Amino acid sequence: MNIHEYQAKRLLEDYGVPVPKGYAAQTSREVETAISHLSDDGKIVVKAQIHAGGRGKGTFTDGYQGGVKVVDGREAALEAAGHMLGNTLVTAQTGANGRKVQTLYLTEGCEIAHEYYLAIVLDRETAQSVIIASTEGGMDIEAVAATSPEKIIRVPIAPTLGLRHHHCRRVAFELGFSGDQVKQFARILTGLYNLFWEKNAMLVEINPLITTPEGTIVALDAKVSFDGNAIFQHPDIMQLRDLNEEDPKEVEASKHNLSYIALDGNIACLVNGAGLAMATMDIIKSFGGEPANFLDVGGGANEDQVTAAFKIILSDPNVEGILVNIFGGIMKCDVIARGIVAAAQNVELNVPLVVRLEGTNVDAGKELLRTSGVALTPADSLVQAAEIITQQVGAKHD
Amino acid sequence: MSILVNKDTRLVVQGITGKTGTFHTKQCIDYGTNVVAGVTPNKGGQIWEDTVPVCNTVAEAVKEHGANASVIYVPPAFAGDSILEAIEAELPLVICITEGVPVRDMAEIRRRLNFSNCKTRLIGPNCPGIITPGECKIGIMPGYIHKPGRVGVVSRSGTLTYEAVWQLTQRGHGQSTCIGIGGDPINGTSQTDAIRMFNEDPETDAIIMIGEIGGNAEEDACTYIKDHVQKPVAGFIAGASAPKGRTMGHAGAIVSASGAGTAEAKFAAMEDAGVSIARNPSEIADALLRIYKG
Repeated sequence: MNIHEYQAKRLLEDYGVPVPKGYAAQTSREVETAISHLSDDGKIVVKAQIHAGGRGKGTFTDGYQGGVKVVDGREAALEAAGHMLGNTLVTAQTGANGRKVQTLYLTEGCEIAHEYYLAIVLDRETAQSVIIASTEGGMDIEAVAATSPEKIIRVPIAPTLGLRHHHCRRVAFELGFSGDQVKQFARILTGLYNLFWEKNAMLVEINPLITTPEGTIVALDAKVSFDGNAIFQHPDIMQLRDLNEEDPKEVEASKHNLSYIALDGNIACLVNGAGLAMATMDIIKSFGGEPANFLDVGGGANEDQVTAAFKIILSDPNVEGILVNIFGGIMKCDVIARGIVAAAQNVELNVPLVVRLEGTNVDAGKELLRTSGVALTPADSLVQAAEIITQQVGAKHD
Repeated sequence: MSILVNKDTRLVVQGITGKTGTFHTKQCIDYGTNVVAGVTPNKGGQIWEDTVPVCNTVAEAVKEHGANASVIYVPPAFAGDSILEAIEAELPLVICITEGVPVRDMAEIRRRLNFSNCKTRLIGPNCPGIITPGECKIGIMPGYIHKPGRVGVVSRSGTLTYEAVWQLTQRGHGQSTCIGIGGDPINGTSQTDAIRMFNEDPETDAIIMIGEIGGNAEEDACTYIKDHVQKPVAGFIAGASAPKGRTMGHAGAIVSASGAGTAEAKFAAMEDAGVSIARNPSEIADALLRIYKG
């Protein structure tokens, strides 16, 4: 689960990590209030809040440039905010449609002596937390890793022992800190690690972590994401979820315990099992079709869920055909077939539907579909199903 | 004899009295699995379905009923704790079916599994289980699609595995053991671990590996295959069409934003290791039977 920068910065503050003074705003009134707390004499940073990076280099759909603006004083901040709030920002990570900006974060500007990179991730290969740090902050860390791998510091942390002070000292010295800054850095890294571990984060990334000319270390940006499997344990984190940043179809699907991901294509699929669902998307593509979605109905797939799944699929205007692929193991094919028939009668089904059933009670399932009166094409194998649906959808374009 | 489970396996079911535990335990007993005990805290002393004694702890199930393997049907919040309990009871084999175990819990469990005196092999979590056809079924897979034989199958998936197994069975080729290692990013048994066991098993003559996008498991397995495996190996990777940065159902099935863990990289590793590749899921058995006649 992702959160906005302003939410991440609040968490950082909770864990004793210094961030610039800042205020979130969702209306022009709130923007005015926020700006009134910031000094007119210095720089103010106006930041669009979306769950995607590349905001600084992004462009709004009306042509306004930049989702992160450093301006002089309140007047200029007000003007920048006015351009951004409610506008749609397109960045390298948002896709061509961009993301509507509903929240701004207004912060005091900081004098920057140096920019560093500091992150904590959970490394799946070694099953450990890893501290990643570099003197090359403020840039794409992947690019740094590619061109100057020696400038990336990696310190693994054993989960059962946790971060110790010697780890903090090691990273501080390797980053070139000395004296009092070593203590400052250790406090910051400890705070970040505690946040990472206690809240089941998958990533805590500070890019850049800066030093001011006076030597104070401050987190200028913050990106934090959480393990979806663990947020049920953290009601405070669950409250930070922003449904506006999620596809409404995906939000609806999760309410019905369906695993759904919207894609760009026109052939929808409904499958039981994530691996089989991915393989179904793959085979559609191999026949020249484009999958409209990933959808795993899981081990249950009762009539209500199948109906909900069809409704979600059909709410996508791009969908021109549906492939249902079910391998019934414990789940019986005749039960699934009844669910499909009921669902198809509950929704307005006006696109080609191909159904491939295999497994327990497959003959009973196929018979049910055959006699149901629902307009669908049965398929005996996954290859045949993919072939038929891509032909039927393709035929509509001829 | 195959690997890990057989007719001598004595199974304890953690979470036996829950709905999922009860349903699947019945199916496994019908298949012929020897379920010697169940564990549900505070229900010790009860008899499940008039047949299986329930204990309060795993240690009790080991001591009183000689359990030598455990299967866990416990909700995500408590599954990690159940795994640790089973490890500390020194069970040689623990299978965790549960989907949704926090990754942090699994990082801690992996640490515990690496202790030098650890006796346990963990399979899963988020897996369908393990079956040696005709002898022992532990988990949620449909028994009837399997047939005793000499092909070892290892997979991160559930229903996709059943597809491949069904293809094999229909072509007359049975399975020695099928292991579902599960879809999570941090788990107890890797593709490499399973393939090593199949390689060393005199009753397995050929191997199928079914992988997915995300992580390095299949690439690591191919390195092992290239250096150590003479037996014929076939493989398939699901998720070639998945977009970057999205978790495709399984928590471990994600191509990172920087492009790590793609299907192409895994297919390339298989190519390099001499693995016979199925380019679509309907051809997994074919890919093996091109290089293995049984």
